[in-house]
Amino acid sequence: MAATLPADQTLRKAKDSGKPPGRRRTSPLGDTLFSLLAHGAAWLTLAILAGIIGSLVVGAMPAIRQFGPAFIWHMEWDPVQDHYGGLAMIYGTLATSFIALLIAVPVSFGIALFLTEMAPAWLKRPLGVAIELLAGVPSIVYGMWGLTVFGPILANWVQAPLQRAFGNVPLLGTLFSGPPVGIGILCAGIILAIMIIPFIASVMRDVFEVTPPMLKESAYGLGATTWEVVYKIVLPFTKTGVIGGIMLGLGRALGETMAVTFVIGNQSQLSQISLFNAANTITSVLANEFAEADGMHRSALLFLALILFVITFIVLSLAKVLLMRLRKGEGTKA
Amino acid sequence: MNFKSIRLASVTAALSVLAMAAHADEVTGAGASFPAPIYSKWAEAYNKATSNKVNYQSVGSGAGIKQIVAKTVDFGASDMPLKDEDLAKDGLMQFPTVIGGVVPVINVSGVKPGQLKLTGAVLADIYLGKITKWNDAAITGLNPGVTLPDAAIATVHRADGSGTSFIFTNYLSKVNADWKAKVGEGTAVNWPGSGVGGKGNEGVSQYVQRLPNSIGYVEYAYAKQNKMDYVQLKNKEGNFVSPDDTAFKAAAAGADWTKSFYQVLTEQAGKDAWPITGATFILMHTAQDKPGQATASLKFFDWAYANGDKAADELDYVPLPDSLKQLIHKQWASIKDTAGKPVALK
Repeated sequence: MAATLPADQTLRKAKDSGKPPGRRRTSPLGDTLFSLLAHGAAWLTLAILAGIIGSLVVGAMPAIRQFGPAFIWHMEWDPVQDHYGGLAMIYGTLATSFIALLIAVPVSFGIALFLTEMAPAWLKRPLGVAIELLAGVPSIVYGMWGLTVFGPILANWVQAPLQRAFGNVPLLGTLFSGPPVGIGILCAGIILAIMIIPFIASVMRDVFEVTPPMLKESAYGLGATTWEVVYKIVLPFTKTGVIGGIMLGLGRALGETMAVTFVIGNQSQLSQISLFNAANTITSVLANEFAEADGMHRSALLFLALILFVITFIVLSLAKVLLMRLRKGEGTKA
Repeated sequence: MNFKSIRLASVTAALSVLAMAAHADEVTGAGASFPAPIYSKWAEAYNKATSNKVNYQSVGSGAGIKQIVAKTVDFGASDMPLKDEDLAKDGLMQFPTVIGGVVPVINVSGVKPGQLKLTGAVLADIYLGKITKWNDAAITGLNPGVTLPDAAIATVHRADGSGTSFIFTNYLSKVNADWKAKVGEGTAVNWPGSGVGGKGNEGVSQYVQRLPNSIGYVEYAYAKQNKMDYVQLKNKEGNFVSPDDTAFKAAAAGADWTKSFYQVLTEQAGKDAWPITGATFILMHTAQDKPGQATASLKFFDWAYANGDKAADELDYVPLPDSLKQLIHKQWASIKDTAGKPVALK
């Protein structure tokens, strides 16, 4: 009797203080196994990442030694003389992605806004499904369509009139110079925009939908317009998700290969800063030249791949910093 | 039916399968994509005739050379011949299989196929960006009576590294000193001017057919099958020739194959020779660890030289002249087993 009393007492004590009884220490085999697997999966990801960076660095080493950081701002890409510089491809990658975001972000925002706030109930579902279907179209289809259908339209109905209208204006003139053939940075940027709109739009729609109705209804109750509700309630509430969606789209635009290769014109020289010029992105030059490259040529291509890796890393870091800034600002707002 | 007889039957079946596997040869090759259609067709017909198998992976000339050097395949294939010293370095030998030509194609309204005449020097100046308009005096001077538009020339080149580009730039280097100094020759070069690059023959032909006032270059078979507007070129002897089988054969006949198989058939002598001609090559090791596989590979090419000309014609490749085939047979004696004995063809 005396022996059971302390145990009984501790149990009662625990109950009284509202704490759960001590955690069971021994875990069955299944738990251990599961924990190992989960840890393993997480570490495997890191190991793969490290492996990719490692093999890129090793492969790019001859080019890094030969050209150094000057590789980034030199433009010559000459496989015959084995002189390489990546400026044209880096510029092409950044310029096409920038154009893509410039178009895709406002359009996606409009789509998400319409779907969550304005569309009649019967239209919401079919339209939402249609946008998600667009995200499933293989990129090569966009590329072929861009080359055979969209390119000629762009050349005849957009580029030629733009050149006629602005050909002599100083800055716009250079931007719109070059042969109006439809293929080039502008075309690639627009095709990329079409490709990433479904991604950004569906993420935006999903996060807009999780805004608590109570908040929105309160704002409407105070007499806010739809725009005011979106701008002052929905957007601040969902900014993390919105930025995440844009980053997802940007990541895809930076890395897209096949569609861009079809419509960018694959010219490794940058004769002038024109939107109509044929150019090359890092991914398109890799797709085109990797199979037949060896020696320094291959190493220079791997160097470009490494640079793309770094660009993606910088973009993601900037997004994180931006989010942190936004979060800091929250406390100070009245 | 008892257990024993079933077992006996299965053992004999297994034995016969083993025997068949030992009998039927299976060789693997990898390389150039340009001859891939004819190699596949030959392999299929060869399999029907002899039940031996040939697998050909169309991975590109550069990758093919890498694979044969690493000995992961029984034979490699390249559109670009290797220099004799490079062959010696890797212990390889090469021999041509079929001939093809590279054809400049244009899309200029009002100009009929074969109507436009160009010289190699003018072609190089167009790609260098020195001649920018179709009605440039250098072009109109060669084409009296052809009305050419006052329009900018859009040049199209191969964006991917390819043997086609090698043959084309090799030709331009031979006929234009400026091209040789500024650009040079190679499977991929630093293309001057503001042209566009297409991926593969189909990419280039797409661009040329789509872009008005453009000029590009594709394999002859591709130009013929797509009915593209080709141009006539002036050859070494000063004649304007159209690209066709006889013109390619004439170029192959003009080359001296007896000393070396390193022959780029551009700008060859011969009154009918097409100036941008090239052969495609097979690469094999001269010292064979697996002489059986080498024999099987050689048997396939022996069969193809004897029976494959018609298939080559159908696919718009040009078969080799008989004299060259005999020379190749002689060269095969340089493929030896580890004991230094030539691998037997039989």
